[in-house]
Amino acid sequence: MSTETAPAAEGTAHVVEYEPDFRNRMAELAQKHISLVVLVVVVVIASVSFDDFATADNLTNIAIQNAQLLLIAVGMTLVIISMGIDLSVGSVYALGAILAGMASSSGAIPSILLPLLVCAVFGTVQGLLIGRGRMTPFIVTLAGLLFARGAALALSSELPVSIEGDAARWIGQSEVLGLGIPVWIALAVLAAGALVLNRTGFGQSLFAIGGSEEAAVLMGLPVVRSKVLAYTITGALSGLAGALLASRLGSGLPTAGAGLELDAIAAVVIGGTLLTGGAGSMSGTLAGVLLLGVIQNMINLYGGLGSYAQQVVSGVFLLIVVVVQRILNRSQRV
Amino acid sequence: MSDSSTDTRTDSADPVLSLRGVTVRFPGVTALADVDFDLRAGEIHGLVGENGAGKSSLIKILTGVYQATEGEVHYLGEQVSFATPGDAQDAGIATIYQEVDLVPLMTVAQNLFIGRAPRTRWHTIDFTAMNERAKDVLADFGIPVDPTTPLQRLGLGVQQMVAIARSVSQDARAVIMDEPTSSLEAAEVDTLFEVIRRLHDRDVAILFVSHRLDELFRICDQVTVLRDGHLVHSGPLDELDRGGLVAKMLGRELVGKQTQQRDHDPDDHDDRPPMLEVSGLTRMPTLDHVDLQVRPGEVLGLAGLLGAGRSETARAIMGIDTIDEGTVTIDGQPLRTGRPRRAVAAGVALLPEDRRSEGIIPDLSIRENIALAALPQLSKAGVVSESAVDDLVDSFMQRLDVKASGPDQKVRELSGGNQQKVMLARWLCVEPRVMIMDEPTRGIDVGAKVEIRELIDELAEQGLAIVLISSELDEVVEESDRVVVLRDGEVAGRLEGERVTEDELMQVLASGGDEQ
Amino acid sequence: MSEATADESGRDRAEMARWIRDRGVYVALAALFLLNVVVTNNFLSVGTISLQLVEVVPILLVSLGLALVIGTEGIDLSVGSVMAIAAGVLPLYLGYGWVAALIVTLLAGAVIGLLNGVMVAVVGIQPIVATLAVLVGGRGLAQVIAGGRQVRITDEGILALARTRIGGVVPLSVLIALAVSALVAWIVKRTVFGHQLLAIGGNRKASVFSGLPVRRILIGVYAASGVLAALAGVLATARLGASDTPNVGQLIELASITAVVVGGTPLSGGQVRIVGTVAGAVLMQLLTATFIMNNLPYTWAQMIQAGIIIAAVYIQSNRT
Repeated sequence: MSTETAPAAEGTAHVVEYEPDFRNRMAELAQKHISLVVLVVVVVIASVSFDDFATADNLTNIAIQNAQLLLIAVGMTLVIISMGIDLSVGSVYALGAILAGMASSSGAIPSILLPLLVCAVFGTVQGLLIGRGRMTPFIVTLAGLLFARGAALALSSELPVSIEGDAARWIGQSEVLGLGIPVWIALAVLAAGALVLNRTGFGQSLFAIGGSEEAAVLMGLPVVRSKVLAYTITGALSGLAGALLASRLGSGLPTAGAGLELDAIAAVVIGGTLLTGGAGSMSGTLAGVLLLGVIQNMINLYGGLGSYAQQVVSGVFLLIVVVVQRILNRSQRV
Repeated sequence: MSDSSTDTRTDSADPVLSLRGVTVRFPGVTALADVDFDLRAGEIHGLVGENGAGKSSLIKILTGVYQATEGEVHYLGEQVSFATPGDAQDAGIATIYQEVDLVPLMTVAQNLFIGRAPRTRWHTIDFTAMNERAKDVLADFGIPVDPTTPLQRLGLGVQQMVAIARSVSQDARAVIMDEPTSSLEAAEVDTLFEVIRRLHDRDVAILFVSHRLDELFRICDQVTVLRDGHLVHSGPLDELDRGGLVAKMLGRELVGKQTQQRDHDPDDHDDRPPMLEVSGLTRMPTLDHVDLQVRPGEVLGLAGLLGAGRSETARAIMGIDTIDEGTVTIDGQPLRTGRPRRAVAAGVALLPEDRRSEGIIPDLSIRENIALAALPQLSKAGVVSESAVDDLVDSFMQRLDVKASGPDQKVRELSGGNQQKVMLARWLCVEPRVMIMDEPTRGIDVGAKVEIRELIDELAEQGLAIVLISSELDEVVEESDRVVVLRDGEVAGRLEGERVTEDELMQVLASGGDEQ
Repeated sequence: MSEATADESGRDRAEMARWIRDRGVYVALAALFLLNVVVTNNFLSVGTISLQLVEVVPILLVSLGLALVIGTEGIDLSVGSVMAIAAGVLPLYLGYGWVAALIVTLLAGAVIGLLNGVMVAVVGIQPIVATLAVLVGGRGLAQVIAGGRQVRITDEGILALARTRIGGVVPLSVLIALAVSALVAWIVKRTVFGHQLLAIGGNRKASVFSGLPVRRILIGVYAASGVLAALAGVLATARLGASDTPNVGQLIELASITAVVVGGTPLSGGQVRIVGTVAGAVLMQLLTATFIMNNLPYTWAQMIQAGIIIAAVYIQSNRT
C-alpha cells in the first residue's frame, strides 16, 4: 500500500499520518502472506525429502483429499471475518453425507441438492439465533454441532448409508483434466467466495461488522442479514462437502467429520484471517488448507506417525499465528 | 470567518432544525426541560454546558437516539420524530462522534463509500471508480490522503475528517459534532476547522459541541448554553466575552456570593513534607507538565472546566493510563506508575468518576464490595476470615450510614449515594494515605451529598492527603485548603489561603490561556 | 396505562426468567428423576443410581473448573483435550507408582491450564481463541504421547479409584467428585481467590482499579480448570481400564458448559453456582441415560441437549 501524498495545491491542511513503521509493515505482511511463504517452504522441503511427493498421483491425491475442507473453509472464512465462528461444520458435513445417501436413490441431482438445502436451512437457523437472537456464536454453533451430529446418527440409525446409482457416484469419483470433480467444485466455490467477499456489498459488510459492529450499525449496513447469510452459506457448503464426500466414498458415514471444524478454523486463521474479525482473504484460506494438507501428506509419506500428529502441527501453528497476530496488532491501533 | 456568509443569511431564515418546548424525562431525572432551540443553515452553532447540563440529551433528540417526552422537533419546516439514528441520518442529519465510528481495518475509500459503493456492470463493487470518487471527496475537503490507505494508519484527526466527509457526502443538511476535537492535536484541529468552514460555505447547518472555549470563539457565530437541563442563553457569540460565557455555564456572576471556606489554617500543614507529590506529569495531548503537592491532612481541590485534564491527572497518578514523563512520589517514595496495583500498595486510593463501570461490582453484595480491596488483610493463608469481614463491613456501614436492607444486598440495587459510600468504605478499609476523589458527589441526592462532604472533612482531620476533583465551584471552594486549576491539560492557576473563593476561582476559569 | 401493563408483564417475564435460571435445573432434575422412576425398569436400585453417579463424575469435575473460568467471564474449550493428555501421560509414569503418576498427570493439566491462562491474562488473547488452539492441538499431542494406541491400565491403585466402593456401596470416584465439589464451593465462598475471581468476572475494570492481582487470578483459574480436567481424565481412564486418548473427553466441553449454564451460572461472569453446576451435570447425564435405559436412540438425547443449552443461554441473556 503506497502512501503518496496528495498534490500540494490541496495541501492547505496539515495531516498527521502515521507512516507505517517496520513493525506495522511486518504485521501486515505476516498477516497476508506468511501462509503462502510457509507453504512454499514446506512444499520445497517435501519435494526434497520425499521422492513420492512431487508426483502427479500424490499431488492430485492431496487435492481430492482436501477439496471438502476447502469448501468448508470458504464458508468459515466468511463467518470468521464477521467476528463469528461456526463449530458445527463437521457435524453438518456428516449430516450432508447422510442426506446425500438418502436422496441418492432419487437421482444424482437430489443427492446434491437435498443436503445443500437442508444444511443451508440449518445454517440459517444458527445465523438467526446469532444475528437476531444476539446469542454468542460459539454457544449456538456448539449446540448446532451436537444437534447435527445427533440428527446424522438418528437418520442413519448409526450405520453408513450407501450412495445408490452410478450418476450419484460419478460426481465424486470422476476426473476432469486430471483433477477430481469435487476439486473443481471447491475451486469454483473458492473463486466465487473471493468475488463475494471482495466485490459485493455483502462481503464489505462482513468486513465492516468484523472490524467494528457498532460502526457497521451506525453506517446503516444490514448487519443481521449479513450475519445470517454468512452462516447460511457455511451450512450449505458444509452440506455440499458432505455430499461430495459421500459420493466419492460411495457411502455417507454418520461419524464423518469429527473435529473437522478445528481443521477448518486452523486453515482459515493460518491463512491470515483474523480470528477477531475484520480482515482476511480467500487466497490465504486456500494457502492455509494446502499447508495443512501438505503437512498431513508429509506425515503420511514419512509413515509411523498417526494422523494425530497433524493435529499437533495445526494446534501449534494456530497458537503461534494467534499470538503473533495479537502482538503485532497491539502496535497497529494508534 | 462568519463575514463571508452573513450577507447570504438572514436571522429570519427558517431553521433547519428546531426544538419547541422539548422536555426529556427519565425516571427520577429531567434531562431537558422545556427547551426551545433553532439551528439555521450556514451557521456554526456552539453548544456548551458543564456535565449533566443536557448537551448529550439535546444531541440525542436531534439524532433520533431519544424521543422527546414533551414538545416538538421540526426539521426543514416539518414536525418529525426520528425513531432511530438511521432515520435521522437518512433525512440528512449527520452526526460526528467523539470516538470515530468507522472501521479501522478498511481503507479510507471503503469507509467513505461502504453501503453505497459504485457498482460495475456486473453489480460488483467498482473499486477503481470508488477510489476516484474518494479522491474527489477528499480533495474537496482538503484532506491530503491516499484513499487506499487503511484508516487505522491515519491519525485520529484525519479519521475524524473522513467521518465528516462520509456523512456530508451523503447530502447532509445539518451536521452535529459532539466534541470532535477532544482527542485531536493542535494541527489536526486546524485542519478540522478548515473542513468545517468549507461545510459552512455550502450552507450546511453545523452544531458544534466543545468544552474548549477558545475553539468556540475561533469558529462559532452562535452559541447556546445549557445548564441543568435548561436553556439559559442562546444568541450570537460576539455578544459574550469569555467571562460572560463561563458565568452562564456555571450559573454564577463574577461577583457573586461568598461561600465560606473550610476553616482550615493552611499553616498547620506547611512544615510537613507532602504526602503526594506530582511533578511534570505529562501524557499528550491531555496532560502537559502538571505539578501538585498534597500534605497529610490537606484537601487539594482540582478544578477546571470539562476536559481540562482533571480526571486524566487522577488516572495517570493511579497508573490506569501510562504517562509520557513525570514523577509521582508518595511520602517521599517514588511510585512506579503504570499499574493501579502498585499505586494501591503505595497507599493511593481512587474514587472513580464513573462509579458504575469503574467502581462498583454491581452483582456482588455490599459486603463483598466493601471488603474487596482489603481481602488480603482480612484473611489468613488465603482464607477469608468471615468474622473479620463482618466486623469491618458492619462498622463501615454504620460509620458511613449506608442505607440498605443489609450487608448482603446487591450493590446494583442501591442509590447512587449509597453506592458511593460503599466505594468509600472499600478504600477506607485499606487505610490509604492518599485519596483521590473524582466527582464524589455527582448523581447523588442532597442528603447524601452533605454526608459525603462531612466525611471528606473527617478524613482530612484524620491525616489523609485528599485530592478532590469537582465541577461544582462551591464544593471545591468549601472543601479545599488549596486549589489547583487546570486548563487544556496545564496548570492555569493555583489558589491558596485567602484566595480560595468562588470569585477567584471563576476568574481563573474564565481567563484565557493567553497570560501564560 | 398500556405502557404500565407492558412494563409489568415485562417485569413478570424477567422474574420468571430469573426463577427458571435459579431453580429450573432442580425442577427439571426432579421431574426427570420421577419420570425415570415411573418409566424405567429397576431405576430405583442401588446399582442403577450408583452407575449414573459414576458416569457423571468426569463431566462434573470438568464443569467445576469451567464454572470458575466462566465466573471470570472466560471460557475454556480445551478441557476435553486436557483429559486426553491426562490419559496419555498417566500410563507413562505408572512405573513410579500410581501416586507419582497421578501427581505428574495433574501437573500436566496444570501446565496446560497455565498456558491458557498466560495467553488470556498476559498476552491478552480472547479466552475462546486461546483455548481453541489447545483444543485443536491437545488431543493430537495426547496421541503422540500415547503412541496413538489404547493402552491398558493394570495398575491396581489407579483401577481402585474406579472400582472401590466405600462401605461396599458408594463408589470412591463419586466421593472424590463430591469432595472436590465441596472444595471448589469452599474456595469460591471462603477464600480471597474466590472473592477476587468473582469481582474480576463482575467488573474487570473496577477490579483493576481496586488493585486486585487480576493476571494472577486469571492464570490461577485456568490452571485450576486444567487440573480438574486432568483429574477427570484420570478417573475416566481408571473406569475404562485403558488410556483411550482418541476418544476420552470428546465433546465434554459442550456437556460441561451446558451443565454450568443450566445450573444458573451466567456466561457473563461474576457469579458461580456450584450446587447448580452439580445438579446441571447430573441432569445432563440422566438425560442421556434415560434414553439409553429405555432403549431409545441416545442421539435424541444429544439433540435435546442442544435445545436445552440454547434455551438456557437464551433465558440468561434475556435477563437484562
